[in-house]
Amino acid sequence: MKDTVLGILEDLTGSDEVSKDLDVNLFETGLLDSMATVQLLLELQAQCGIDVPVSEFERSEWDTPNKIIAKVESMQ
Amino acid sequence: MINLQPYQNPTYFVLLAVALLPLAIGLLYGKRFKVYEMIVSFAFLLLTFGGVKLNEGLALLGYVIFETLLVCGYHAYRKKQNSGYVFVLAVVLAIAPLLIFKLTPFVTGKPSILGFLGISYLTFKVVGTVMETRDGMIKELKWYHVLHFLLFFPTISSGPIDRYRRFRKDYEKVPSREKYLELLGKGVWNIFLGFFYKFILAYAFGTLILPVVSKYALGHGGISWWLVAYMYVYAMDLFFDFAGYSLFAVGISYIMGVETPVNFNKPFISKNIKEFWNRWHMSLSFWFRDYIYMRFVFFIMKNKLMKNRVHIASVGYLLLFLIMGFWHGLTWYYIVYGLYHACAIILCDAWLRFKKKHKDKLPHNKFTECLAIFVTFNVVCFSFLIFSGFLDTLFFAK
Repeated sequence: MKDTVLGILEDLTGSDEVSKDLDVNLFETGLLDSMATVQLLLELQAQCGIDVPVSEFERSEWDTPNKIIAKVESMQ
Repeated sequence: MINLQPYQNPTYFVLLAVALLPLAIGLLYGKRFKVYEMIVSFAFLLLTFGGVKLNEGLALLGYVIFETLLVCGYHAYRKKQNSGYVFVLAVVLAIAPLLIFKLTPFVTGKPSILGFLGISYLTFKVVGTVMETRDGMIKELKWYHVLHFLLFFPTISSGPIDRYRRFRKDYEKVPSREKYLELLGKGVWNIFLGFFYKFILAYAFGTLILPVVSKYALGHGGISWWLVAYMYVYAMDLFFDFAGYSLFAVGISYIMGVETPVNFNKPFISKNIKEFWNRWHMSLSFWFRDYIYMRFVFFIMKNKLMKNRVHIASVGYLLLFLIMGFWHGLTWYYIVYGLYHACAIILCDAWLRFKKKHKDKLPHNKFTECLAIFVTFNVVCFSFLIFSGFLDTLFFAK
């Protein structure tokens, strides 16, 4: 699952920074924006089968690769 | 009966200090005096919406009853079914009072009797709550909680725009003494900083300097250095006035043990326009981001209505900022202000993509950062000049 999430993040950010530093702040560094966030939610739905409504997305809870992995694992 | 507008004069602040003292002592001892708070809220609402403003008070009363019934009705429906049409209908009904209020002057030539101070801000709260209900995120919803959320008096007139789930979470628990002392300290600091912003800086820029530069700019006519001065002075006035107000609203909330989201985070040090919108009137721009832009993008992508990411983002920005423009008011300069920001952010996105691609070839140092801040600041100040309506007076007034 971890690899799937990191794969999605690498595709969206176009860099492997997300796999190198799992605690990098995705929004402060500009790696993710609102557009990429929506794509992330759609990819999570398609590849991991978890349904995250836009309302659920509280930025501070999803702002690092580690936090996203933890979220995805808790939602499965 | 006396009437006091929120955060306008010393009497209001003295009354606030006296009324909030028991609440603060209670919170220090781990208690929320809910009944007492209700009485205080009612008294302050009456101060603002009573007396000569009683017509506004009645409009507010009618409005909150209507919206509370709507939200509760939709929540009850959503527990059983989930039709998209009913959702759209609920959103349309939620914004209907605001639309009627804004459109009435154009149709009848007279201001609508439905209006009251803060109607636009309450509408944001209601629509947000309806959307989160649609997403199934709001499990429990009680009519008196909705009423309390809407009528939370520190933020009723101009925000910051809070969210139902966040507000409930704060209110249901009592902060620990340590945490509350920190909140209390921050709250008092915010209020004093607010005094400095609103009653000294905004007063100096808006009341002392602005009329002078305005007179000279109009006297000169057309484009002049006075117009440039007007632009900067107006921008400063706008910021310190609204940031000052927001500091009061947030500070009072903190003292009441509620962590209302902040509205401003040093907006003028932004390095691009995208960052600016993450620092300027944040509760509004985040509302637009979460409830309009992201939902729009999600809808388009999920239903594969458009393919190109860049196009989707651009249309999303245009939608967001046009709605924001119309929300400010139905005059040409608010709508141009919206369009201007949409274009600025689309260009900004293009630049960021270019920068990402040519990372190694572009210089990045203290100088380029300062240049970025300077350019952003000027782009923003110019947008406020459009927003101010001064150009309308300058070029089109007879």
